[in-house]
Amino acid sequence: MTRETPEVSAGSMADVAFLLLIFFLVTTTMDVDSGIVRKLPPPLPKDMEKPPPVKKRNIYSVLINSNDMLLINGEVGSLEDLRTNVKEFLTPHVPDDPNFPQTKEIDVDFIGKYQKSKGIVSMQNDRGTSYKTYIHVQNELAAAVRELRDELAKQYFGMDFKTLLETNKDKAKSIQKAIPMSISEAEPANFGGNK
Amino acid sequence: MAKFRKEGKKNLPEISTSSLPDIIFMLLFFFMVATVMREVTLVVKITAPEASEVQKLEDKSLVSFIYIGKPVKHLAAKWGDGDRIQLNDAFAEVDQIRDFVSLSVEKIAEYKRKKHIISMKVDEDAKMGIVTDVKQELRKANALKINYSTRKVAQTTSK
Repeated sequence: MTRETPEVSAGSMADVAFLLLIFFLVTTTMDVDSGIVRKLPPPLPKDMEKPPPVKKRNIYSVLINSNDMLLINGEVGSLEDLRTNVKEFLTPHVPDDPNFPQTKEIDVDFIGKYQKSKGIVSMQNDRGTSYKTYIHVQNELAAAVRELRDELAKQYFGMDFKTLLETNKDKAKSIQKAIPMSISEAEPANFGGNK
Repeated sequence: MAKFRKEGKKNLPEISTSSLPDIIFMLLFFFMVATVMREVTLVVKITAPEASEVQKLEDKSLVSFIYIGKPVKHLAAKWGDGDRIQLNDAFAEVDQIRDFVSLSVEKIAEYKRKKHIISMKVDEDAKMGIVTDVKQELRKANALKINYSTRKVAQTTSK
């Protein structure tokens, strides 16, 4: 009476799995999204008071016009030496040098007293500026700050900033406090160009 | 010694294929886990610009994308060849961004909402005008964390 049920053949299992495998192989996109992270300033309240004026020596202004040309502190500049110039500008100069931004002594954990530069990089672009150039400039500015952070991290903790960020967040935070990402984007303007 | 040798032909034993499904399954699971399904069909053409100072986007569920670029070829006749914004699957105007932001924030678990990131995937030939408009709109929508999507290169080349 009791008839044994025949075993299900597993021979085609491999074929089924292959089929699925090929499907996933084809649909897979392995790209990891990456990019330059920025924070936008919060919207301005209407009744805002004018912010206190910033001393001219503390500002490094980068303007990009609609032909993707750079105007740096009032002079025509180039993308190649932007990084070195910004780096030099943001390096705290002690004792005080009138050609470079002022410094302010602050207390930073793990580092102690540190002369922090008051310099701000101000960036403004035209509506006709190409996105490529904009990102290139952003990248150079980010690179300058990153290099400065690397140097400070090497000096105090003996490793570059990226490794420090992975191993010790608190120490990385004090580096960030000593060298902030001081890039400010001006409210958009429309100079010398049509939409 | 000859005692132990099997008599007659010395054929190689067949390689067992019984573990083949296991191997295939292993590969299958790997790809299943690693796969990110494309959620949207792009209606704009995007070549991301190059940059070296990039950070990875860790948690995909916290990211919403805004695409800006020229319409793809077969849509160019209808939509023109200017820069357009794409939200989800369709073309959009700047004033739709606020709704888009609030809708995508709602999809995120409440305790993680502060970490919401807008990733802007913009074609490198796009003009900053439209990008600025989008950024201003994002500020109004209070989506302040943004990420300019780029291709990672070791060293950027000057044009």
